[in-house]
Amino acid sequence: MAEPVEHAAHFESAERQGQAATLGMWVFLASEVLFFGALFVIYAAYRTREPRAFAEAVAENTFWWGSGNTLVLLTSSLFIALSVHMLRSSRARAACWLVGATVFLGMLFLGIKSYEYVEHFRHGIYPGGQGQWFADQPRAAAMAAFWTLYYLMTGLHALHVIIGVLLLSVIGWCVARRRVTRLAPQALENGAMYWHLVDIVWLFLWPCFYLTNGGA
Amino acid sequence: MTHPAGPSYLEERSVRSWLFTRDHKRIGVLFLIATALMMALGGIFALLLRLELLTPRPMFMSADSYNRLFTLHGVTMVWLFLIPSIPTAFGNFLLPIMIGARELAFPRWNLASFYLYCLGALVTLFSMFLGGTDTGWTFYVPYSSKTPTAIVPVLVGVFILGWSTIITGINFITTVHTLRTRGMTWMRMPLFVWAIYGTSVIQVLATPVLGMTLALVAVDHWLDWGLFDPGRGGDPVIFQHLFWFYSHPAVYIMILPAMGVVSELVTTFSHKNPLSYLAIAVSTFGIAFVGFLTWGHHMFTAGMSTFDAGAFGVLSMLVAIFSAIKVSTWVGTMYRGSISFKAPLAYVFAFLFLFVFGGMTGVAVATMSLDVHWHDTYFVVAHFHFIMVGGSLTAYLGALHYWFPKITGRMYPERWALAAALLVFGGFVLTFVPQFLLGNLGMPRRYHSYPESMQALHTISTGGSWALFGGLSITLSYLLWAARRGRLAGDNPWYSASYEWYVPSPPPKHNWPATPCFELDPYDYTTYAPDPRGKSDVGGAPDAPGGAPPAGDAQGAAHG
Repeated sequence: MAEPVEHAAHFESAERQGQAATLGMWVFLASEVLFFGALFVIYAAYRTREPRAFAEAVAENTFWWGSGNTLVLLTSSLFIALSVHMLRSSRARAACWLVGATVFLGMLFLGIKSYEYVEHFRHGIYPGGQGQWFADQPRAAAMAAFWTLYYLMTGLHALHVIIGVLLLSVIGWCVARRRVTRLAPQALENGAMYWHLVDIVWLFLWPCFYLTNGGA
Repeated sequence: MTHPAGPSYLEERSVRSWLFTRDHKRIGVLFLIATALMMALGGIFALLLRLELLTPRPMFMSADSYNRLFTLHGVTMVWLFLIPSIPTAFGNFLLPIMIGARELAFPRWNLASFYLYCLGALVTLFSMFLGGTDTGWTFYVPYSSKTPTAIVPVLVGVFILGWSTIITGINFITTVHTLRTRGMTWMRMPLFVWAIYGTSVIQVLATPVLGMTLALVAVDHWLDWGLFDPGRGGDPVIFQHLFWFYSHPAVYIMILPAMGVVSELVTTFSHKNPLSYLAIAVSTFGIAFVGFLTWGHHMFTAGMSTFDAGAFGVLSMLVAIFSAIKVSTWVGTMYRGSISFKAPLAYVFAFLFLFVFGGMTGVAVATMSLDVHWHDTYFVVAHFHFIMVGGSLTAYLGALHYWFPKITGRMYPERWALAAALLVFGGFVLTFVPQFLLGNLGMPRRYHSYPESMQALHTISTGGSWALFGGLSITLSYLLWAARRGRLAGDNPWYSASYEWYVPSPPPKHNWPATPCFELDPYDYTTYAPDPRGKSDVGGAPDAPGGAPPAGDAQGAAHG
């Protein structure tokens, strides 16, 4: 026999409350897209003006680190999607393991990204066109804009990865501790949606900073 | 005194019950108080600015302080008052009631939005103690990334306010989609709800762009990353594009809720169905949509091709078409209505006059060949004050008087209110009509001194600002008095057929006795005609004196 599902008093049913949570999350994600959108607009405008300098700067990035990170994030997205599926079919234990795997891959992503940052610093590439590397660049001004955008955009994305890792850890912990209400699948699903956004933003950052190197 | 429908939302009196409330009505009242305080602050700044401009030479303020003060005035009025005021105060209070809901979808986020607003306001105003900043509310680079003044707290404060706005927007959109009660179809939503819904869409989609842009300026100023610095591959004009991508739609964040208010007021005080519900609802979205495509008209002199300028000019004029549809519909609604001339309606008349005047000058400045002459003059200052003050503020005051009995259960003194409305209107016209003329004479905005020949017009403008201030002070005084001592209003003092008057005034804690079901259209004055003279001759009208809850409540009881 189905238990009566708990829900907030101002909703007529738990189902309706779930719909509200999902819709709220979608609208929030739309907002986030515009948030990143501003940076992509700046990138597009600056790149249109200095296409060659940007392509040369992209070539400076290591293709394999960026592409490896893409693989890591995509895999993590698969895991979190599976986790939602598991929790919906009442397999909380499997769901927990999958959340754990997602969190692990998120941290792996951050590790690789940090290693890249350290490598850039070692080469003397800092934001704002500061550092030794820019001294012997023919197109130093445009290069400066590229690297400032690189740090800003990947940095903001990394911040979102950190938030996502924390968020999923908390949700995963709650599921594991069996603090599971009937609304837990909804919480996990919202967390997963956020994680997919983080993933999708990276799918746009990847070509901007690793792939479009002008065939170099 | 307890209403038969149960204790009102005001019943519990502890400070704690207010500070930790999740009741949308109480949060609405908190927002009302906070935003009104900010309006007072911004108004005092404006008064000081006008006083300084009384004479051509410096009176009591250096040019530097003048720059900081007009920046504070702009930032306070735009982000701390105009953008949040109507949606967060009246939207919060009324939107759930109007759609038959007991709460907003996310009550805790609603409270969080209030505290984020407070935090943002404190951080923004904290810059005053560091000397303030002098960039103007538009924060144009490259100056804003170099200014020696305390700009970072202002940028961070506005960034925080932005998230408060976004959270409120998400909450309203979700509420409208998921908490409409039975019988509340999309085409039965009160026009105020349509306006708040349209506003929320703009808030959610435009605000993040502003947040990002201001964050970038803060980073530029703080860490010297030079993202907008041409010497480092940057472009200051892209800042203007991004800033106005938000800040032009922001004008509609200010004016759409005001239009929603006017739609409500016009029907109630004409006791007549709107001439076309559809026209008003659809034109709301026309404005919200086209508003996203007009930002370029702020940048005609910033280096833009003639073609682009023409395109932005034409797109801007489309807003005037949608606005004209609304204005015609409102006027048509009043035609042959049963008009009761009360203070809220006086504010509607002020709105119609000032908004149309401001809108027409808007069409003029959207024309590039004219704008290159008026750009950055007092003409533009007068134009946007006509829309923001003449439009939004008058609607805000109209809303305040109209829903005052709903919020407090008491009436404001009508004669004082009419006198104050007259003073506000007259003061406003005196303040800003001379500024159109000054702009035409070439008086640039944001200047601290001016030639002797312009003094007469400046003096009139300053005098007007004092009349405006007087009107607002009187309003504040009698409203504070009436909130405690005013005569009891009864549930429906305006004999309105709008849904929010179906519930008692002030409303009980959970708004509706049970899940209500709406069977009448909003503003249905043909089926339900509450008669001001007490002769209810149409079926479904209330029997109880004082316009007790009509059909809706009975329907609610029947279905609950």
